[in-house]
Amino acid sequence: MSKLMTMHDAISQLVPSGVSVVMGTGLEGLIPFAAGHEMIRQHKRDLTLMGPISDILFDQLIGAGCAERVVAAWVGNVSAGLGHCYRRAVERGEPRPIEVYDHSNFTFSLALQAAAQGVPYLPTRTALGTDLLKTNPGLSVISSPYDDAPLVAVEAVEPDVAFIPVQRADDEGGAHCWGALGVTPEACLASRTVVLVAEEIVDHEVIVSDPNRVLTPPFRVAAVVHEPLGSHPSPVQGHYGRDHAFYEEYHLASRTPEGFERWLDEWVMSVDERSGYLEKLGPERLAALRSGTRRLAAEVDYGY
Amino acid sequence: MATDYTPGELMVAAAAREIYDGEVVFVGMRLPLLAFCVAKELHAPAAYGLFESGVIRDRAAPVMPYTMCDPPNIAGAAACTPMATVMSLLQRGDVDLGFIGGAETDRYGNLNTSYIGNPEHPTVKLPGSGGAADIACLARRLVVIMPHERRRFRERVDYVTSPGFGEGAGWRERTGVVGGGPSALITTLGVFEFDSSTRKAVLRSIHPHTTVAHLREETGGILEIPDQGPVTAEPTTDELSIIRRYDPTGFWTGAQ
Repeated sequence: MSKLMTMHDAISQLVPSGVSVVMGTGLEGLIPFAAGHEMIRQHKRDLTLMGPISDILFDQLIGAGCAERVVAAWVGNVSAGLGHCYRRAVERGEPRPIEVYDHSNFTFSLALQAAAQGVPYLPTRTALGTDLLKTNPGLSVISSPYDDAPLVAVEAVEPDVAFIPVQRADDEGGAHCWGALGVTPEACLASRTVVLVAEEIVDHEVIVSDPNRVLTPPFRVAAVVHEPLGSHPSPVQGHYGRDHAFYEEYHLASRTPEGFERWLDEWVMSVDERSGYLEKLGPERLAALRSGTRRLAAEVDYGY
Repeated sequence: MATDYTPGELMVAAAAREIYDGEVVFVGMRLPLLAFCVAKELHAPAAYGLFESGVIRDRAAPVMPYTMCDPPNIAGAAACTPMATVMSLLQRGDVDLGFIGGAETDRYGNLNTSYIGNPEHPTVKLPGSGGAADIACLARRLVVIMPHERRRFRERVDYVTSPGFGEGAGWRERTGVVGGGPSALITTLGVFEFDSSTRKAVLRSIHPHTTVAHLREETGGILEIPDQGPVTAEPTTDELSIIRRYDPTGFWTGAQ
C-alpha cells in the first residue's frame, strides 16, 4: 500500500499542535526545511522541537511562534553564529517564552536510543560534572549497580513525529540514505510516527537491491513525501551542496524581529508550497549548488 | 621562520603541534580542522579525524568545509557512521585528543557555551553544548581554542557546559569524569597548560607581538602571568603554506 502523501497533508494530518517533532537528525545535512516551513504556514503551535543540533530551522520555527519547548544540544546558525530568534525567545520571551531542556549530542542520541530500545533510560559517563544536569530533568546521576561508579541516566525521549530526509525511497517506506547519518537510525526507531522526505521516489526493486543501505524497517514508516530540494539550504549528498550564503543572509535578516518577519513573509508565508520557494531561489542559484561531478560507489554483489 | 602571519594562523600552527602521529582526534570545525590538515601533512600522517556527525577521515577534505556535513567532507571519508559510533569510541577511551572552543572560561579550564547570566533568566542565550560536553568529559586530552578577551576570563563561569578541572585538583576523579581534561588552552594571546598538582592554567608561552601587560589586562587577574616566559613558536613556512592552501582567502584565519 502506498504511503505517499503531499507535504501539506503530512503536516496537516500527522502534526497537530502540541506534539513533539524531531528534525535535523543528520546534523548539518539532510535538514527537513520543507517540513518546518509547512508547519509555519499551517500555524502549528506549542510544538516541542527535538534534535541534536539545529542549523537555523528551529530558529525559524521559534521566531514564527510555533514552539513551546526545545529539547536539543545546540540551536543556532553553524556557519554564521547565534540564532537570533532563539535568543529573543529565551532572553525576552518574544514572540513567546520557550522552555529549554539542555542535552549534549551524546545524551540526545542516548535518549533516542533508550526510546528505540523500549527502556526508560540508558546510562553513560558523559555529562557528569556539567550543568546540563541542572537544566535538563531527563539527566540524573545514578550509581552503577556493578561497580558503584557514578553514571548519568539519560531518560528516553520518544518523539511524536520524525521528519527524515533521504535521497531515495519507495512508496512503502523502504529508503536509502547516505552521508552523515548522525542520530537518524535511533530517531527512526524511537519516534511514534516516521515521515520520510525523499529527493526521489524509486521502484521497490531499487531499494531491495541494496538492503544494507536501507535506513530503517519500512513498517516503521508512516508516510513518504516526495519533495525534491526539500532540505535546501542544507546539503544532501549526491544531490546538492550547502547554500552557505543563504545561512548568512538569514543571519543578517533575522537580527531584528522586523527583519525576521520580512524574511519569513518572503521565504515562507508568501510562497504556497515548496515549488514557490524553489522558483524564488531560481535555477541558477540551485545549479550552483551542484558541481556536476558524480562520485559513484563501487558496485556491491549480493549474488549467491 | 615566517615573518608575516595572522593571529589565526599562529593559533592553527600551535594547535597542529598538539596532534601526534597515529592519534584519533575529535576534530571540530574552523581552526582545529585547519590544524588537523597541517598535522596530517607534516608530522601526523597516520592520524584519524572524527566528526560528531559520524564522519571519520584519514585525510583532509580537498576543500575546507563550512560544516562537518558538507558533501566534500563525506566523499572519500574513511567511514561514515552514525553518531553513536564516534560517541562510543569517545566513551570507551579510544579518542586521544579532542578540540573545543568556548565563550568563557575560568582558571580550571571549565567552559561555558550555554548561558551568560542566570540560566533561569539569562542575559545571553548561547547555542549550547553540541558535542562539546561529551568531548570535554571523555577525550583522553582536551585542547581548548578561544579568543583571549577580559570578559571571557571569569572567576567562575556562569554555567559549566564542558568541564575542565572543575573546582581543582581531584575534582574530575571525585565526580567520575573519566577523560583526561584540558592539556592546553590556545588563545589569541598565548598558550596555557594546566598544572599537574593544582590543575590551574599556567602560561606555557606568550605569542610573539604580545606584551605581558596586554596579556595581564585581558586575563583580568584570574591567572598569574609571569614577567618573562617563553614565546610561542611562530608558524613555519611549511605550516603557513598548508594553512593558506586550505584557507586561500583567509576566511577562517584572516581576522582572529
